[in-house]
Formats: sequence, structure tokens, C-alpha cells
Amino acid sequence: MNNAFIIGQYVPGESLIHRLDPRTKIMIIFFFVIFVFFANSAASYGLLTAFSIISAIVTRIKLSYIFKGLTPVWFLIVFTFFLHLIVTREGEVLFEVLSFPIYSGAVIQGSEISLRFFLLILVTSLLTLTTSPIEITDAIESLLHPLKRIKFPVHELALMMSISLRFIPTLMQETEKISKAQASRGVDFKTGPIKDRVQAIVPLLVPLFVSAFKRAEELAMAMEARGYQGGEGRTKLRELRIVNRDRYTALLFILIIIGLFLTRS
Amino acid sequence: MRESFIEFRNVSFRYGEEQPWVLKDVSFVIYPDEWVAIIGHNGSGKSTIAKLINGLLFPQEGEIFVDGVHVNQDSIWDVRKNVGMVFQNPDNQFVGTTVRDDVAFGLENRGIPRQEMIDRINTSLTAVAMNDYFLHEPHRLSGGQKQRVAIASILAISPKVVILDEATAMLDPKGKLEIMRTITEVQDKLDLALVTITHDLNEITLADRVIVMNEGQVWLEATPREVFTKKEELRRIGLDTPFISKLADELISIGLVFNNHPLSHEELLEELWTYHSKM
Ligand SMILES: Nc1ncnc2c1ncn2[C@@H]1O[C@H](COP(=O)(O)OP(=O)(O)OP(=O)(O)O)[C@@H](O)[C@H]1O
Ligand SMILES: [Mg+2]
Repeated sequence: MNNAFIIGQYVPGESLIHRLDPRTKIMIIFFFVIFVFFANSAASYGLLTAFSIISAIVTRIKLSYIFKGLTPVWFLIVFTFFLHLIVTREGEVLFEVLSFPIYSGAVIQGSEISLRFFLLILVTSLLTLTTSPIEITDAIESLLHPLKRIKFPVHELALMMSISLRFIPTLMQETEKISKAQASRGVDFKTGPIKDRVQAIVPLLVPLFVSAFKRAEELAMAMEARGYQGGEGRTKLRELRIVNRDRYTALLFILIIIGLFLTRS
Repeated sequence: MRESFIEFRNVSFRYGEEQPWVLKDVSFVIYPDEWVAIIGHNGSGKSTIAKLINGLLFPQEGEIFVDGVHVNQDSIWDVRKNVGMVFQNPDNQFVGTTVRDDVAFGLENRGIPRQEMIDRINTSLTAVAMNDYFLHEPHRLSGGQKQRVAIASILAISPKVVILDEATAMLDPKGKLEIMRTITEVQDKLDLALVTITHDLNEITLADRVIVMNEGQVWLEATPREVFTKKEELRRIGLDTPFISKLADELISIGLVFNNHPLSHEELLEELWTYHSKM
């Protein structure tokens, strides 16, 4: 299937992490992102790394697949590390490369920042790997629910997200169709100077926008015809339920955070 | 006198003050469990009629009644409970991210409890033979399959009338046939009123009654058989007999002899090879 580009890279599965309520996952990641910055000793970093790697293993998605998904980020991680080597001037000089001194503090800080970065990206990508976009939407709707009191349009936001999710593949297919149609009329998207290529995008974008607006209008009409009158009084087919496995997972996570604070130096 | 289900009383409509009248003094009646085909050239006002029926638009003059209820701002939500509509473009009416979610959409809007929702989704997807596709996303379905899902989502809300506004126009002949078969089966089973809108004379043959629209006015109300006797006049108001039929006419005029006047691809093919083997 050519749906590799679909946002998130959800890999369907039945693992424990797949079956966790999306809200549990989002909350854990939310706090993980905060607490990563509290780690400051080898033991505390070890604990968080172990947590992330074990979580990744529990998803039963091939580790090689997960790491391959991080490819663009590897570059950033390595780049951050080297940037620190060059910029930081703390601690003692360890050795010199071409008469450029490398400090011990630079190595330590560089590794710390890169490791944090790596853990953040790994854990958040575990969320999108094990949770379908629509589950994430449902979770966001549910988590933001309290904001309804201050008139924040929670339902509308969630509906907007789910409709975007629904139409992304459709619009992708359409882009492909239009670009083929334009290519057959001699528009060249792939060669020539950048300026020409950017100009070639215009005959692609204009019909795409026109059709997207037409779709939106028709969709709105179809939704109304099917009785949509806003979030009021609606029931939901997809249901989120916190069960024991969510409670145990949350408990485990809390223990790890306590462990983190105990192992801090 | 039978109880009417949908009634248009001297309805006139235009899209804006400066715009021309799209419907001019249109009156007709549709009875419960009747199949009415509305046919007319492009822009003759067919889709406008459909949108007026469930209050997506309101007429400037005249009145519309659905199941005895006057269609106006206050009654539209009640009216829409009884009217299920399938539009032309299968993509632009698919709201859910999966088949199941799409059928659920109309039920969620009506506040149906979850358990009942699940039952209704099962039954209606089974009715259109799409129950193997529960979790499919729309981009993994063909146009015909999407239209069948659209029909299922309409059936799930158990309406009293189903309006198909050129619902098969974007499908290939096979898809068209499938949809029409699904629809007739369902209509038989559930005693619905059915309104099919088309500009293809091929698609009116099975209807009980035909309303022919021309330039915003009812040009003829008759049975399909009667409609087909007026080929010449139909051609004059832009309702061309199908391409195959025209092609056959041309072939006959250059001397080919056919047993039946073919109305479809297959029939023409059949005629052509029997003719050829007789040569
Ligand atoms: N939203 C609109 N705003 C202004 N004019 C419109 C609008 N929609 C339709 N019209 C005009 O109203 C007339 C009737 O349109 P309608 O869509 O009812 O025709 P139709 O019989 O369904 O045609 P088709 O066979 O092409 O679907 C057309 O002349 C059209 O240009
Ligand atoms: Mg139309």
C-alpha cells in the first residue's frame, strides 16, 4: 500500500500498549516529557532509558522499524551532540582534535542532551505507532472536555481533526491525479531550476484548492442532511474506557517517577 | 384518495434576489412506498427539489409538506429524521474515518444509545452487503462501495423516504447496477418511498412514476412507458436518448437489421454479433 505517508505511522496491533486507553498513553507521555528534564545522574538516565526501551519492546513492533522511523531525527541528535562538543567549554580538556580542545563537560552535556532528545522522540513516536489518529482525536476531545466550561469548542475541534484525518488520503490521491494530469499537459515538476519548479506547483495547487472548497461545501450539506446540529445531545459510537490495565500502567509509571527522584544526584 | 407523503404546492425558488427562478410554480405529490423518478436536463432544478424536501433550502413561494409536516426552519430536524438523502459524489458525503464510523454519524446525531447503534449499524451494513468492510477507511473502498455505505447510513436512521440525487452518476455500469439492485431490494423490504433523480433515461425504467422537469417546471408526470413514447419531445428538451440507442439508430439507418432496439452496451454487443454471424 502507498499509504506510508499517512500521518502518524500507526501500526495496528494487539499489544498491551496498543490496548491502553489513549488518554492513559497521552498523560504518561505528557509527564514523561516533563520528568526527562529532571534526570541528572547515570542511574536516573538509565531508569528512563530502560523504561522507554522496554515500552518499545512491549509494543511488539520491530525495534528496527521503530528506529528506522526516527531516521530524520538521528541526524538532529548527532548534530546536537557535536554542537555541544564545539561550543561547551567546561571541565578539563580531554584531548585535542586538530588543535581544537574537547572538554569533558562538553562530552557529558552533549550526551545528556542527545539522550534526552532521543528519549522524547522515542516515547512520543511510540504513541503514534500504537494509537490510531482517531483514537488520539477521541482522547484529546475527552481530555479537553473540562474546557467546555469556558466555552472552548472542544467538540468542534475534535470533529475538525477527525474530518481532516478522513480527508488527508483523499486529498493525497487527488494531488497525485492532478499532478499526473498536469504532467501529461507538459508541466514539469521534477527538473529545471527551483524557480520553475515552484511555478509548476501553481497549476497543481489551484485545482486542488478549488476542489477542496467544493468538497467542504458538499460535505457540510451532507452532514446537515444527516441531522448534524452540533455536539449537543450527541451520543458516541467510539467509547473510551479506563480499565485495570490502565490503572496498573499508571501506577507503574508513578513508581518509575519516584525511582527517578531517588536516583537523582 | 391516497394519503400523500411529499407534497409540493406551487413552489417557486431562486438562489438569490437577482438570480433567475430555478423552480417555477412546481406542484406534485409523492405517495408513501412509491418509487418516483425525477428526470431533467442539467440545471433543470432536480437537485434543488431534493434540497427543498429536507429543508436544506426554503422556497420563496409556495409550501412543501413532508409526512404532513410543513417544512420550515422549526420543523427541519423532524423532517430530516424521515428523509434520507444520498448525493452524487461518494467521497464528499463520507464523514467517518471508517465504514462503521460513517454509518454511526447519523445515529450519533440523533442521540441513539450506543448498544442500539451497534445493532443498527450491523443490520444496515448487512442489508447493503458491506458487513465485511466494517473497519475499512474510505480510501480503501471503490466508488460503488462508498455509495453502498452511504445507503447503509441512510437506512440506519430508518427514514420514510430515500432520495438518491444522481447517486450512481459517478459509478461504472457495474457499480450502477449493483446500487440499483441494492436499493430496489431494500425498498421492497422496508416499504419506503423512493425518489431517484437522474438525467439518464435508462434509469427510469423501473420506477412507478416519472416526473420530467424542464427549465424549472414540471413538464410531464407519467409512467415510464408513457415517457418512452415521447422520444422526440424528450430530445427537444435536452433529454437525449442514451448513446447506445443513438448509435443503434445510426447503424439501423445504414442498413443493419436488429431484432430488438438495444438499450445497453451488452444488448448492442449481442445484436452486433448475432447480426455478424448471420451475414
Ligand atoms: N448554490 C447555488 N447558487 C446559485 N445558483 C445555483 C446554485 N445551485 C444551483 N444553482 C442553479 O440552479 C439551477 C438548477 O440547479 P440544480 O442543481 O437544481 O440542477 P439539476 O437539475 O440538479 O442539474 P444537474 O443535472 O446538473 O445536477 C442551475 O441553473 C444552477 O446554475
Ligand atoms: Mg443535480
